Amino acid sequence: MSADCILMVDHLSMRFGGIVAVNDLSFDAERRKITALIGPNGAGKTTVFNCITGFYKPTAGTMRIAHETGAEIRLERLNDFRISKQARVARTFQNIRLFPGMTVLENLMVAQHNALMLASGLTFLGLIGAPSWRSAEKRAIDQAKLWLERIALLDRADDAAGNLPYGDQRRLEIARAMCTEPVLLCLDEPAAGLNRRESAALSELLLSIRADHGSSILLIEHDMSVVMEISDRVVVMDYGQKIAEGAPRDVRDDPKVIAAYLGADEQEAIAVMESGT
Amino acid sequence: MTTLAPEPTGVSRAPMIAFIFKKALISALVALVLFSLMIGIRTEAGPTGQLIYWTRFGDLAAMVAIVFGGSIVMELLRHWWGPVGTVRIMPPSAQNALALLRRAVAPILLIFTVLVPVIFYDQRYILDLGILVLTYVMLGWGLNVVVGLAGLLDLGYVAFYAVGAYSYALLATNFGLSFWICLPLAGILAALWGVMLGFPVLRLRGDYLAIVTLAFGEIIRLVIINWESLTGGPNGVSGIPRPTLFGIPLTPGDDGLAARLGIEFSPTHRIVFLFYLILALALLTNWVTIRLRRLPIGRAWEALREDEVACRALGINTTTTKLTAFATGAMFGGFAGAFFATRQGFISPESFTFQESALVLAIVVLGGMGSQLGVALAALGMIGGFELFRGLEQYRMLVFGIAMVLLMIWRPRGLIGHRAPTLFLKQAQAISSDLAGEGRG
Repeated sequence: MSADCILMVDHLSMRFGGIVAVNDLSFDAERRKITALIGPNGAGKTTVFNCITGFYKPTAGTMRIAHETGAEIRLERLNDFRISKQARVARTFQNIRLFPGMTVLENLMVAQHNALMLASGLTFLGLIGAPSWRSAEKRAIDQAKLWLERIALLDRADDAAGNLPYGDQRRLEIARAMCTEPVLLCLDEPAAGLNRRESAALSELLLSIRADHGSSILLIEHDMSVVMEISDRVVVMDYGQKIAEGAPRDVRDDPKVIAAYLGADEQEAIAVMESGT
Repeated sequence: MTTLAPEPTGVSRAPMIAFIFKKALISALVALVLFSLMIGIRTEAGPTGQLIYWTRFGDLAAMVAIVFGGSIVMELLRHWWGPVGTVRIMPPSAQNALALLRRAVAPILLIFTVLVPVIFYDQRYILDLGILVLTYVMLGWGLNVVVGLAGLLDLGYVAFYAVGAYSYALLATNFGLSFWICLPLAGILAALWGVMLGFPVLRLRGDYLAIVTLAFGEIIRLVIINWESLTGGPNGVSGIPRPTLFGIPLTPGDDGLAARLGIEFSPTHRIVFLFYLILALALLTNWVTIRLRRLPIGRAWEALREDEVACRALGINTTTTKLTAFATGAMFGGFAGAFFATRQGFISPESFTFQESALVLAIVVLGGMGSQLGVALAALGMIGGFELFRGLEQYRMLVFGIAMVLLMIWRPRGLIGHRAPTLFLKQAQAISSDLAGEGRG
């Protein structure tokens, strides 16, 4: 593909014993675009995510991240925390994983750990309270405040993250991922459990992240209104394989996709569509 | 509007009292049924083999009354001390006074501790007890880094205490190094052992980690017992030099501190010196821990306790984060060990049994995981309590067991059941420990 791609997944396969969760999957995600990964339950979407973010080692295939500097990083060769630290890929989780006993602000400070660790001179400068550390900490707090303002949680900065309502926790998790300053943000069902108004706000947030930060977003989502509204490109998976790829509108009308979602075979789906129109 | 809205505490207090009475009545009824046969009727075999029995209804009534009263007291205490959010029966004024008292506890305790050698100068027993309590406060604060902050259950903490003690003892007796050179060395060596323990157990979580650390504590003790050429085996190391005030010995000789200051020598000087030494070491531990909590490393420890997977997704190297927690905790244990060696003048493997690990862990858990003040209070209560109940002899442990069970019923998250945030924008709000994770790895 000639387009400027940030993530290139080639022939990715993941097997758990006899079960093939992902089978020879190839797709690209373009830079500064929102790519959605959709498919029925059990299609292997989250497995793809776990491979990209280093929680699983894929059985076969390559995943490359192209930074704007021209550097290319092979994700399958990095292990867990280095994916976030070096490849600058951040993720959120399907079942929210905040630090519930820490405050909202602390959650965002933990996300800036690596930068702050350097600024604190691997703790030693911080221990003696060096001015350089103090200013770095202040900058980190400002950064956190900026994100809190964007997700409209500034007045709850000192509350425990576990006390936030569900929708706020979802947004906080996205803000926390963004605090690591990623080039690629992977969101696992960010709209799950949100009401209509909240998912509209989420769409807006994701669009603004793309516009203001130049971040690329890879998104797993079941909420089709969100997918159709914000994604630039959609990859559809079923039984671990890619069954369709393209612009949201094209994918929506693809009989294979409808068949996969309705659990019917392709011919039946075409018949259903024709009788409907 | 105000007339419509009922006053919340007044309304909820009445049914609460009814509830408590009901609960107490039920408890008393259960006690009556249970004890009517166990206590109310006493049976025995008579001299010719026949069954004789007599009644003890007085005792039975007393027992039931105790259960009834105790149940009310327990419920009341539970409501006063209970977690945030429950309706409290205590009037708000009393609550405010309690809150004020709670904030004043730490400064008052510190001032009192500093003044202990002045107040109890003539009472050697109290000074010795103070030193002992402070040693456990320091050990508790050290272990708190590992267990309370990082959430790594360490049952072999005594190993680092032993490493510190033997480091000082062996370096001082073999090479004649002074206490002030050996103290950092003991800390560094213990930290090194912490890292060495940390590496193999990093993959383990929860119970498995606890078992391996428990084994590690025993291994260190067995090595000390069996490596006779170095450690003296079960005979221990004796003749460990006493600490000096930066080179000035606290002895009756001409070059001693008393002679130099021109005051009369008294053995109490050394005890007072040791008291302030361990106080300084403990406060150093506390200061460093409080500082570390506000640094990225400390926040990473707490984040690790909350959710390790999320930490990895945020690019935090969980391996080094765990190792630093182990090393920091071990270092403080090493300091405390060096102090122990210089105070005793003699150490043997018997001082470093699993019981010590369990005691320190109990202090941390009772204090409220992660709370510095809670650990100090728990150390005072446990070690001081041990001495207080010395008169009870073999019932001492029983009393302690009951006390701990009761405490865990009322305060399952320890004496201080709140986590203080490490930084805030507007106002620091205590976070209930119910939200904070306990750590699984």
